[in-house]
Amino acid sequence: MSTLLEVSGVSVSFDGFRAINNLSFRIGSNELRAIIGPNGAGKTTFMDIVTGKTRPDEGRVIWGEKSISLLGLSEAAIARAGVGRKFQKPTVFEDQSVRENLLMALRNDRGPFAVLFYRPSVADQEKVEALAGEVGLSDALERKSGELSHGQKQWLEIGMLLAQEPRLLLVDEPAAGMTPAEREHTTDLLVEAAKTRAVVVVEHDMEFVRRLNCRVTVLHEGSVLAEGSLEHVTSNQHVIDVYLGR
Amino acid sequence: MQNTMFIRQPSVLIFLALLGLFTVLVTVLSEGMGVGIISTSFVKTLGKTLCLALVAVAMDLVWGYAGVLSLGHFAFFGLGGYMIGMWLMYERTRGIVEASLAEALIPPTPQEISDAIGNQIFGVVGSSEFPVIWTFADSLFLQSLLVVLVPGALALVFGWLAFRSRVTGVYLSILTQAMTLALALYLFQNDSGLRGNNGLSGLQNLPGMDHVPQSIMSVWFLWASALALALGYVLAAWIVSGKFGSVIRGIRDNEARVRFLGYSVEGYKLFLFTVTAMIAGIAGALYYPQAGIINPAEIAPIASIYLAVWVAIGGRGRLYGAVIGAMFVSLVSSWFTGGQAPDITLGFYTIKWVDWWLIVLGLSFVLVTLFAPKGMGGLVDLINDRRAPNRHGADLGPDMGSLREKEARK
Repeated sequence: MSTLLEVSGVSVSFDGFRAINNLSFRIGSNELRAIIGPNGAGKTTFMDIVTGKTRPDEGRVIWGEKSISLLGLSEAAIARAGVGRKFQKPTVFEDQSVRENLLMALRNDRGPFAVLFYRPSVADQEKVEALAGEVGLSDALERKSGELSHGQKQWLEIGMLLAQEPRLLLVDEPAAGMTPAEREHTTDLLVEAAKTRAVVVVEHDMEFVRRLNCRVTVLHEGSVLAEGSLEHVTSNQHVIDVYLGR
Repeated sequence: MQNTMFIRQPSVLIFLALLGLFTVLVTVLSEGMGVGIISTSFVKTLGKTLCLALVAVAMDLVWGYAGVLSLGHFAFFGLGGYMIGMWLMYERTRGIVEASLAEALIPPTPQEISDAIGNQIFGVVGSSEFPVIWTFADSLFLQSLLVVLVPGALALVFGWLAFRSRVTGVYLSILTQAMTLALALYLFQNDSGLRGNNGLSGLQNLPGMDHVPQSIMSVWFLWASALALALGYVLAAWIVSGKFGSVIRGIRDNEARVRFLGYSVEGYKLFLFTVTAMIAGIAGALYYPQAGIINPAEIAPIASIYLAVWVAIGGRGRLYGAVIGAMFVSLVSSWFTGGQAPDITLGFYTIKWVDWWLIVLGLSFVLVTLFAPKGMGGLVDLINDRRAPNRHGADLGPDMGSLREKEARK
């Protein structure tokens, strides 16, 4: 499997606090990966670095077959290159309908002029409807997304991410605040998505990670503590000490 | 394409119909072309109000839809006025100068004419030479182009610098205030080339149209203003109707999220800032010929704040709200400050509206912001009954999702 994203030797500090310390990480192009770790381990900061929100003090972030460095690019350019991100808190545009949210996310030319003259084609509308079906929001297409329940907003956001057709999906605590049935649906969505692209899931809930059934990376104090199958990392003494044991 | 826009926003057609009706009504009642119930000066006031409504639509685009609280759009409005004012003043002065020099025994050379015009225009600031910025003043076409290009260029450069550095929120508002203040202070200088604090005057006279009385001219300008407002309104409605509207409302609500969707937020803000500056320039170019005079005080920082107040009172995020706000507040404003409102005698104190109007306006701004954030445009919702969506049978939302409607109501 070819490497899609390679993070090597990345460090970043905030006011002297080293949030990420010489972190190296790589993920293949059709891989599902879970990242776990205690609070403050640098999970969200790692995502911030990959998506361009935070600039690291040192290190490299290399992307794709052409080995482009993501460090010089803006958030928008990184997103256009194929990195999609889902935030911990569901962030959808509450004032707009589910359809408008999905249309906005749909992979199309993002320039102001192209968007100004854009009118949704039949193919685009069909794509939106298919996506809405996939995340279980077919009946809610015309509703304002602010009216949706918490779980539905999470799904809408996942739907928006899929609409972007990213090559790498970064998902921050997707199951937070979901009912057991909703969690199961979310697991299915992520496993399905990982068949055609790379997916990185940050999650606290071990049961959820177990169900994803994938390679796990454990972060601690800004660097990788262990990596491997869930059984492998949970039997690691370091991991038990810093994370599971507490 | 157009059809979908009108179906999505039926208010556009209603607005255009009302605007047409208003224009016809004023024309019929005007002194110049109709029965004479509305005086020429009031026709001018109405025409000016339409221009203010146009700049309010621009403000609503940039603030109400994209969430960029620019407190500098009156600078663009004023610049538009200056650009057209230069041609008006130059051409009219030329007419007068040529008429007077024609009586001389020896026909004047072009240089003499040019000097005489310069003397007429700039004598008041102790100069007689044409500054470089007056190069195109003899061409209506070029000067009209400058009406949109100069505000557009200023907005482009300013916006590029500000948005690129990710200046947002109140800091951006302060920066735009600084911009308009700096521009006003610069224009106040005599050597700015635009006659300092005297400004440009006599703009109510169209060159070569001396035979047309002001009563007729005022109606012409009313028509032009109404047409500009209609076109500007349709353009704005078109801009916000499709995905572009979605994106800019997204920027207003959550800028970072839009960025992570792959849209360059800065590019969108810059585009909108520049386009609205151009619209403001056109509005200004129609306003000042009706006002007759423009001077740097017109682009004082307070003017741009008034603009924000109009849009807030009228209702942000809906175009007709901006129009309602601008027309209502500026007309009421001129009624109160024009000395027409009767004083209220309290025995120990007499309330003079000229002094107290600003306090009433400020108070109503605060009250609207606190208690009716939708503004006057929100009243339309009462008619549409848009406030509560019909959700019978649907989920009750996050807090009561597990309850059925009957249970929840208890």
